Amino acid sequence: MSVTDAAVHEAGPLPTTSRIVNDFAIQVATVNGSGSQSANLVLLRSIFQMGVPVSGKNMFPSNIAGLPTWYTIRASANGYIGRKKEVDFLVAMNPETAREDVLTLSPGAAVVYDEPLKLQELRGDLVFYPVPFDKLIADVTKDAKLRRLVRNMIYDGVLSRLLSIDMGQMEKALKKQLGRKLKAIELNMAALKAGFDFAEANLEKKDPFIVAPMDKTTGQILIEGNAAAAIGCMMAGVTFVAWYPITPSSSLPEALIEYLKRYRRDPDGKATYAVVQAEDELAALGMVIGAGWAGARAMTSTAGPGVSLMAEFVGLGYYAEVPAVIFDIQRGGPSTGLPTRTGQQDILSTAVLSHGDTNHSMLLPASVTECYTMAMEAFDLAEQLQAPVFVMSDLDLGMNTWMAHPFDYPTAPLARGKQLTPELLQRIGQWGRYKDVDGDGIGYRTVPGDVLPSYFARGSGHNEMALYSERAEDYVKNLDRLSRKFQTAKTMMPKPEVDLVEENGIGIIAYGTTHWAIVESRDQLKAESGVQTSYLRLRAYPFSEELNAFIDRCARVYVVEQNRDAQMLSLLRIDLTPDRVLKLRSIRHYAGLPIDGRSVTVELLKQERNSK
Amino acid sequence: MTTPTQPVPGRRLNRINLEPTAYRGSKTTLCAGCGHNAITERIIDSFWELGIQPDQVLKLSGIGCSSKSPAYFLSQSHGFNSVHGRMPSVATGAVVANHKMLAIGISGDGDTGAIGIGQFVHLMRRNLPMVYIIEDNGCYGLTKGQFSPTADLGSTLKTGVINDLPPIDTCALAIELGASFVARSFSGDPKQLKAILKAALSHRGTAMIDVLSPCVTFNDHDGSTKSYSYAKDHEEPLSELSFVPFFEDITIDYEPGTSTTVSLHDGSKIVLTKMSEHYNPVDRNAALRLLRETTTRNEFVTGILYIEPDKPDFINLLGLVDQPLAQLDQSRTRPSKVALDEIMESFR
Repeated sequence: MSVTDAAVHEAGPLPTTSRIVNDFAIQVATVNGSGSQSANLVLLRSIFQMGVPVSGKNMFPSNIAGLPTWYTIRASANGYIGRKKEVDFLVAMNPETAREDVLTLSPGAAVVYDEPLKLQELRGDLVFYPVPFDKLIADVTKDAKLRRLVRNMIYDGVLSRLLSIDMGQMEKALKKQLGRKLKAIELNMAALKAGFDFAEANLEKKDPFIVAPMDKTTGQILIEGNAAAAIGCMMAGVTFVAWYPITPSSSLPEALIEYLKRYRRDPDGKATYAVVQAEDELAALGMVIGAGWAGARAMTSTAGPGVSLMAEFVGLGYYAEVPAVIFDIQRGGPSTGLPTRTGQQDILSTAVLSHGDTNHSMLLPASVTECYTMAMEAFDLAEQLQAPVFVMSDLDLGMNTWMAHPFDYPTAPLARGKQLTPELLQRIGQWGRYKDVDGDGIGYRTVPGDVLPSYFARGSGHNEMALYSERAEDYVKNLDRLSRKFQTAKTMMPKPEVDLVEENGIGIIAYGTTHWAIVESRDQLKAESGVQTSYLRLRAYPFSEELNAFIDRCARVYVVEQNRDAQMLSLLRIDLTPDRVLKLRSIRHYAGLPIDGRSVTVELLKQERNSK
Repeated sequence: MTTPTQPVPGRRLNRINLEPTAYRGSKTTLCAGCGHNAITERIIDSFWELGIQPDQVLKLSGIGCSSKSPAYFLSQSHGFNSVHGRMPSVATGAVVANHKMLAIGISGDGDTGAIGIGQFVHLMRRNLPMVYIIEDNGCYGLTKGQFSPTADLGSTLKTGVINDLPPIDTCALAIELGASFVARSFSGDPKQLKAILKAALSHRGTAMIDVLSPCVTFNDHDGSTKSYSYAKDHEEPLSELSFVPFFEDITIDYEPGTSTTVSLHDGSKIVLTKMSEHYNPVDRNAALRLLRETTTRNEFVTGILYIEPDKPDFINLLGLVDQPLAQLDQSRTRPSKVALDEIMESFR
């Protein structure tokens, strides 16, 4: 392997006198489809089981097999579970990327690699641990197919030894991962042990990284956001699901299907739900609108390209006032974009999705716990507002593994919104589907089969009696009432989370998974630069009153988000008064990878300096 | 044809004591003489004669002249005039949410054959229990007469423009895709249309009816193959059709070998007499062959082309509980705390 001069670092490995305990990122570089996911999850889980806060992020290609994949496990004694940009410990298994992977490491990082790759020649400022994977696996099994499957487990064994990860925890995690497949457990254990034994006999520990037991994960679970959302949907009493496969959304309906099969069938096997795999996203939302109109709790889940296709039906749902829950697991756009990378790029277009004057409510989950709780809130809000409600998750949240406390069982009953009853009908006399009886812009609805008065839902102009109308007065009255309804929505949405530490200081506004970078960045700003920041985490759109109060109490406010065009900032500009808009600044991150705390810190300080 | 109920002096009541007016809708806003209005009348007759409870009916449509017509019948039913070409998906969601409702969807040849062909195809595949009517005039009426995908090769617009693309035969397509009841009729043949409609309303599964329904304003001229005169001259009924509803105990004696009876899920019967040679409505291949042959001869075949009364419908396939999903309360839709705890345990 040739080496460019520029890439050769002359300095030797750093001295290892200071140990770095529970604060580093391991990156495993493999080939997609090589079965590395099991090994990575076992590694993640065993550190978690030792009580050390962890997060696992998979950076994978839009491909089934053969392209490079990187899995990053972060251990953080401080509980930072956002992305860490710097890799401290590399496991280089992919010949195609190994060279670049090594060249981009910071000095002092450690590299476990497949011996034939000869990576130690590339740099002199890293710690190298060559491991003869093929030789080691040859002793584990003779079966070539099995060798390929368990080969990756060897690096878990090597890391167990090098990072002091308890082998007992590795074994426990492996059993958790493989369930009752005894033969597979036996084989994987053998590979794990082969790695451990090799490292013990041949590798001298020269890097500073080490895992030491803590008690910071007691009682917690490890879960992906899409699974959490699926559980929330089931607990919300979903009765109708229509979907079309799309990355990174598919694992939500797929998880939901499994839960529904298990927990939502009568003893005779009959289902209290229906799941339909639609022909496309247009049909998926069309079915949801039909089911919602007929009284079911209906949902779909998709990603950006699907949301684009759903625009027409979202407009119908808005105008005919039909409840619908739509999950958007955001990925990198525009167009097909980066299907397996993350972003917050659908915020602006979703807020006003579809032609004509429309606005839509969005929930903004930041954690797997909020994927669960906001799924339930979304169904309630959709029925209370009689409108489509979006849950704006993203790939990082939906498909990566996060720690959380076990989810609480919901105490509040399902909120089904305003439905006409015989008593109410008697009280109000003449019922009109779109009559604003209570002044909040929300009418009372009936559903087919309830033996109450029927109405004719339509996407064309209509009056408050739901009759076709092209009269200017009817049209304006209707649009104004829908506006009033959106004002009502402001009072019903989840409130932002506010941490005001200093009057007239620096404020930060963020939402969704950007939150985790902000948590870390605020600590960095304070500890390293003495910069105090206040923080407001948006949890929904339309914005509630707390937002104005927060901006009023800050001198300037950085809006941090994961898109190029400052989409949330744009929505804020539409809503806020000019004096408040003047206080807003923007920090954006749109590389397709999750935003990290360091990037926010660097950018914020840069803008602070420039403004002086 | 059979008579629906015993006549009551003074008032015409059906078996659930409703007058025909209970099945009417608002006044039509379509052109005088539009075929769609005649279809609306037959729909009203059929529902009344079958004694279907209006508040147990869903009426759905897409966009276009045809899709306006659900407003003109069954004013007490729940209706949804959705978006162009997408009625099938709305119907799918609504029927699955409440499978006790009887759904009737009205579409047009553009709504089905062009913008909505994708959803049409998948509706037929699913065999969703509903009646799906195409009010087929071969043109876009509401946008002033452009060709639709069912316009025949060589037919002309009023302006003389000649259609140079082959038509989509929605009946052949529906049979191919799995619809379990496929018929073709003509708005100007009230007797046959009503018999087909009543049979369709009694069928379990997708009943697809393509009804030639001339557009008097834009497509009723000499160069059109969807005009009243063309349809009258070229209509070839496959058979005489009689429909015997389950609630009527009528036996008609036919000479042996001259009739075929098809029994429907609810006990109703379709009796076919004076059939064309070799015509067997339960033979899918024969139906497709017949369509191909008659089209080649420029014949416009009407009648029930294909029927498969016992094919499982989409609701069967989904294995739903008997009570409509839309009516299940929290006790049946929110799993217990034990269930949640078990799920949480699996993530430890």
